[in-house]
Amino acid sequence: MTKERSDLLQGTVTMLVLKALQVEPMHGWGITERIEHWSEEVLQLGQGTLYPALYRLERQDLIQSEWRVTENSRRAKYYSLTTQGRQQLEKELAQWRRASRAVNQVLDVTLASARPA
Amino acid sequence: MSWIRESWNRIRSVTRVDALERGLDDEIRFHIEQQTQKNLRAGMTPDDARRQAYVKFGGVERFKENTRDEFRPVLLQDSLLDLRYGIRALRRAPLFTVIAAVTLALGIGATTAVFAVVYGVLIKPLPYHDSDALVSLKHSAKSLGGGPPVGLSLSLFVSYARENRSFEHVGVWSRGTDIVTDGIAAEEVATLNVSAGALRALGIQPAMGRTFLDADGASNATETVILMDGYWARRFGRDRSIIGRDISIGARPRVVVGIMPPSFRFLDETPEVLVPVRIDPATLTLGGFNFEGIARLAGGVTMQRASTDLARILPIWIQSWPSYPGVDRNEFGDMTPLVKSLKQDLASNVGNMLWVLMGTIAMVLVIACANVANLVLVRAQDRQHELAIRTALGAGRGRLARQLLVENLVLGMLGGALGLLLAAAGLRVLSSIGEGSLPRLQEIAISPIVLELTLALSLCAALLFGGIPIAKLGLKHFDMTLRPAARGATSSRERNRARNFLVVVQVALAVVLLVGSGLMVRTFVALRAVPPGFTDPAHVQLARVNIPEAQIADAARVSQLQHDMLDRLATIPEVTSVSFTGNVPMANERSRAGIYREDVPLNNQSEPPLRWFRFVAPGFFHTIGTRVVAGRDFTWVDVDNSRPVVVISQNLARELWREPTAALGRRIREGTESPWREIVGVVADVYDDGVHRPAPAIVYWPSFMQTFVGQPFNIKRSVTFALRTSRAGSEGLLTQVRDAISSAQAGTPITRVRTLGDVYAHSMAATSFALVMLVIAAAMALILGIVGIYGAIAYAVTQRRREIGIRAALGASRHELQAMFVRHGVILALIGIACGLAGALALTRLMASLLFGTSPLDLTVYVLVSVGLASVAALAAYVPARRAALVDPVLTLRGD
Repeated sequence: MTKERSDLLQGTVTMLVLKALQVEPMHGWGITERIEHWSEEVLQLGQGTLYPALYRLERQDLIQSEWRVTENSRRAKYYSLTTQGRQQLEKELAQWRRASRAVNQVLDVTLASARPA
Repeated sequence: MSWIRESWNRIRSVTRVDALERGLDDEIRFHIEQQTQKNLRAGMTPDDARRQAYVKFGGVERFKENTRDEFRPVLLQDSLLDLRYGIRALRRAPLFTVIAAVTLALGIGATTAVFAVVYGVLIKPLPYHDSDALVSLKHSAKSLGGGPPVGLSLSLFVSYARENRSFEHVGVWSRGTDIVTDGIAAEEVATLNVSAGALRALGIQPAMGRTFLDADGASNATETVILMDGYWARRFGRDRSIIGRDISIGARPRVVVGIMPPSFRFLDETPEVLVPVRIDPATLTLGGFNFEGIARLAGGVTMQRASTDLARILPIWIQSWPSYPGVDRNEFGDMTPLVKSLKQDLASNVGNMLWVLMGTIAMVLVIACANVANLVLVRAQDRQHELAIRTALGAGRGRLARQLLVENLVLGMLGGALGLLLAAAGLRVLSSIGEGSLPRLQEIAISPIVLELTLALSLCAALLFGGIPIAKLGLKHFDMTLRPAARGATSSRERNRARNFLVVVQVALAVVLLVGSGLMVRTFVALRAVPPGFTDPAHVQLARVNIPEAQIADAARVSQLQHDMLDRLATIPEVTSVSFTGNVPMANERSRAGIYREDVPLNNQSEPPLRWFRFVAPGFFHTIGTRVVAGRDFTWVDVDNSRPVVVISQNLARELWREPTAALGRRIREGTESPWREIVGVVADVYDDGVHRPAPAIVYWPSFMQTFVGQPFNIKRSVTFALRTSRAGSEGLLTQVRDAISSAQAGTPITRVRTLGDVYAHSMAATSFALVMLVIAAAMALILGIVGIYGAIAYAVTQRRREIGIRAALGASRHELQAMFVRHGVILALIGIACGLAGALALTRLMASLLFGTSPLDLTVYVLVSVGLASVAALAAYVPARRAALVDPVLTLRGD
């Protein structure tokens, strides 16, 4: 029953999904489209990985879902952020920024400055 | 707490798995279609567009499966598995399961039963609307000489009702009896004289008809009556047309105005009919404190404020009403109002005792848990092998811990369920023992809150006895050995320490309980040793006879009739002595007032203290066995001629004249206008308030007098005959008594049939109840404690067989080996006893108010308990230790 998951990957997917829903409610396909579009097609997540993440987030009450009709009259499940989801997104963003700044600093270290005088 | 909600969402999703499943299919289909359309827009062929969409999604079935994992009820399924596994594990060890479950059941059952009593008697609100606002009104007075407080006189009630600023409603009530002569046979019924305000305070509406109105209490109103449901059913077969009809009560017609609902109870009283208290303000005097007061506080008024308010009214009351003729009104000057919560007042005698009991029983529960913990520890050790295998097969530590916990929970629930059955049975026993000593008995039941407690107890017990072994065993050890478990030659010190600790706890608690019950036994013995003022009460038959005024108006004729009845009763075979009294000793049937002395001028007599009055016929002292210390008893010549004579109790004689003989010939009177009455006899003290209280001073008046406190006659119409006979209590005797009474006056029933022994036992009922309960608890504690010691030593012996074998092979004698284990047991017991004695010193202080004739620090009890327990512990260790001596070194060593 143990599920193999990379914590880093999972954490990132969570954040991306929450971010994608920040503006307006969206269905699953729309979320993948949005992420790909915003990342200028760099982030090509395997579209299937999205669904386990969506169901987990819903169970954790970070997002909620609702069946609605799209502009071209199709039935689709729309996801939207809950208040908790919004808070979680803020937290994750802050964390991510701190972590990525730290990583960047490490990567920016030049050979000269790294060697103690 | 997000994990709680998350688990909840998971559990909830069980119920809608199908819906989620279908939703997922639709969702993914929609996704693929959208992607396909996008691909089409990008210029792909339809086939290509569809294929590329699938590729981009990744394996549809794989992701579906992954997604399902998110909403499948994993945890729940696992828990069910644990549960099944736990039950199977317990069934594999039936002896362990039975012993553990029964031990737990005893602890939980006893705790549940006692809690049911505590809840019903002390905690549960009274069954009236907004019952917290209900208070009882009583008064203490210095002149009562430390006796129990008194209630209200009718004049005081009227003053309170007129002047108070604290009560929404206020009322009075008193018990009584009267004879109903409607229909077939005359019968005496218990009546409740109650004012309209008392019923309003309780907020009771009758099932039919109306309740009493203030107008019913006017002296010139039509006489009315309300029937209790039980009496209505028994006597009138629930005939609804009874309302508005007259029935004859006390040979006078009364109109039935209402029927009470079946659920209605008036406090702890069991009347059959309610009659209104009738008040004629023109005839009221200050005295006559024969009524109980009850009130409902107005919104926002505290008991403290109400008390201050009543204290303000008391001086107004003293000035508003006449005193008895010849009684100084200052006699009433030292009264203090006592406003108490009605609920507390009802249970005032047993509150402390019940809490002590509750604590006692809780200790028994802890001991039981310690015993089970010990068992679980032993079993966990035996299962090390199994657990090690499961660890090796990949079970995580948390998983194993959860598994053990679920197993213990199952055990706890089993114990709880059995305990509940025990409690239900125990409650019946408790109620029958508590009859007469416990108020609100009918409210004791296994209610939802009691069930909740049982559940909580079972859970806590499971955590307690299951948690210790889990923590102590340290699950980290499990992975270490896949070697044959028995090879773990000596048990680890860690585990032994846990077991020893449990044994010490058990012994310590057992000491506390044994000391407690020992003190109770001493108290009981001390109480029985006090001569109550009468002898061999079991052979004194009591029966009450009432001659209503409507039947015979003339007081002198009543006296003659009573004399006649007495003569007829005396002819019954084997009756050695007969007499009667207006109020039975120790039965809380008395009146009291002050007396004046001839040898001390009135103005020197500051406020005569109140004395108990008792009215007796000649021969009463002889019949019940009260010794005449000086002078003589009354004679029928005294009574028939209304001679001014009186008998007093020894302590009153000593108080006023130092010597019983010095009192003879002195004269006293009960009112300043009465004739002086000569003291002709002094009798031994009777412990009327119960043998645990000082014997009150009692003034004995003849059963019939020409004048009394300004009234023209004094006759007790309701008297209790006392017959000394070895046949007391037998049916044959009662038949003869009935015959004798009705041959003197046809159709006169006898009531309140009991022996003086019953009255005596009843006066000690609360102590007996506490004694029985504490002894039961202590016995349970002792047995469980012994089993604990026995088990610990027996287990140590089995664990250390190899060591014993080696020692024996090296030449240790049997005796030495045996002594080694006995010493182990005794040391544990001694540590336990030391802790227990310290605990007992601290805790028995709480039960000081239950004790009599012994101090909470009674040395004898402490020594006896310590020595006794140490010996029993040595014995409990000796039995298994003998097995150690029997170990054959060759066999043991080869066995490995």
